[in-house]
Amino acid sequence: MKSSRAIALALTLFSTSSLAGEIPDSERRSGYGFMGPDTRAIQDDDTSNPGMLFVLDGETLWNQKLGAAGKACSDCHGEATESMKGVAARYPAFDKALGRPVTLEQRINLERTERQQAPALAYESRDLLALSAYVANQSRGMPITTGDDPALKPFVEQGRALFMQREGQLNLACTNCHNDSFDKKLAGSPVTQAQPTGYPEYRLEWQTLGSLERRLRSCITGVRAQAPDFGAPELVALELYLMSRAHGMKVETPAVRP
Amino acid sequence: MASTLINVPPKAKRGDIIEIKTLTSHIMETGFRRTAAGDLIPRNIITSFSCRYNGNEIFRADFFPAISANPYVSFFTIAKESGKFEFEWTGDNGFSTTASASIMVE
Repeated sequence: MKSSRAIALALTLFSTSSLAGEIPDSERRSGYGFMGPDTRAIQDDDTSNPGMLFVLDGETLWNQKLGAAGKACSDCHGEATESMKGVAARYPAFDKALGRPVTLEQRINLERTERQQAPALAYESRDLLALSAYVANQSRGMPITTGDDPALKPFVEQGRALFMQREGQLNLACTNCHNDSFDKKLAGSPVTQAQPTGYPEYRLEWQTLGSLERRLRSCITGVRAQAPDFGAPELVALELYLMSRAHGMKVETPAVRP
Repeated sequence: MASTLINVPPKAKRGDIIEIKTLTSHIMETGFRRTAAGDLIPRNIITSFSCRYNGNEIFRADFFPAISANPYVSFFTIAKESGKFEFEWTGDNGFSTTASASIMVE
């Protein structure tokens, strides 16, 4: 399935004579704009959006005391509906102590290990996805502001370079599909603009919630390149670039995608 | 953790046809998949769902391995009287979860 998609994609690209380049701000569309009415309906109704199940679990975890410190997230941050408003909309954010950007998932794990003195959660584990979905849900409808911090500039540049860099056996860069060929079809499905507005998002294909890094890794594997590990600087830089590229677009978490 | 999301209209006129929507979190492992080592992953699904309206069962469904994770079930009933809808999901490994919702019928 994967390889036939990749071949179809390669053929589409070879037939493209000119490259369109980057997408003007006014023509940006989130994946929502590429979906059919049925999938949109699942996302639009909070009682049919399965991502909301994770948000509910995240709310429980937010108030759960744990670790050697015996503290819950809420003991320091209070009501997430207030304190976490707009937080996910500016992630990945620069961490001064580490001197590099950290994703929302990494921030949650830093808080766990440093403040709560609890073990870090594994990437893509249910609890980490639930917590990040709960936090990001507090920013739903707010514009993305990632990249405003000048300290992030070199990392955004690194992410942009990776986005433009051809790689893998198919020798494709992210930009070849997501800037130059969106709205075309790949094995019957629309190629989107890769605007990461709704992560963590519920993909019907995954039958679960997943992070942007999971999505990036499956795209990278799709062009037959070696995907970096979860949390690798390359993935964080790509995530940072994509979020800054979607600057001003509205957060949809938890989005539903096919 | 087994979260559920229930959508029952809070108010209805007597005799109205109302839609009830339910969503529950469950992995719905089919029992047909294998691990990388070749071992069968045991089946772990919800096998039964039921809804009672003021104690009377009005809807029941049996679930099978082809049903997706986090099953969504929607069905219709007639609003007869004010009261309570009670939902119950049961499944493999002693899985059981319940939820309820109230309705005002005028």
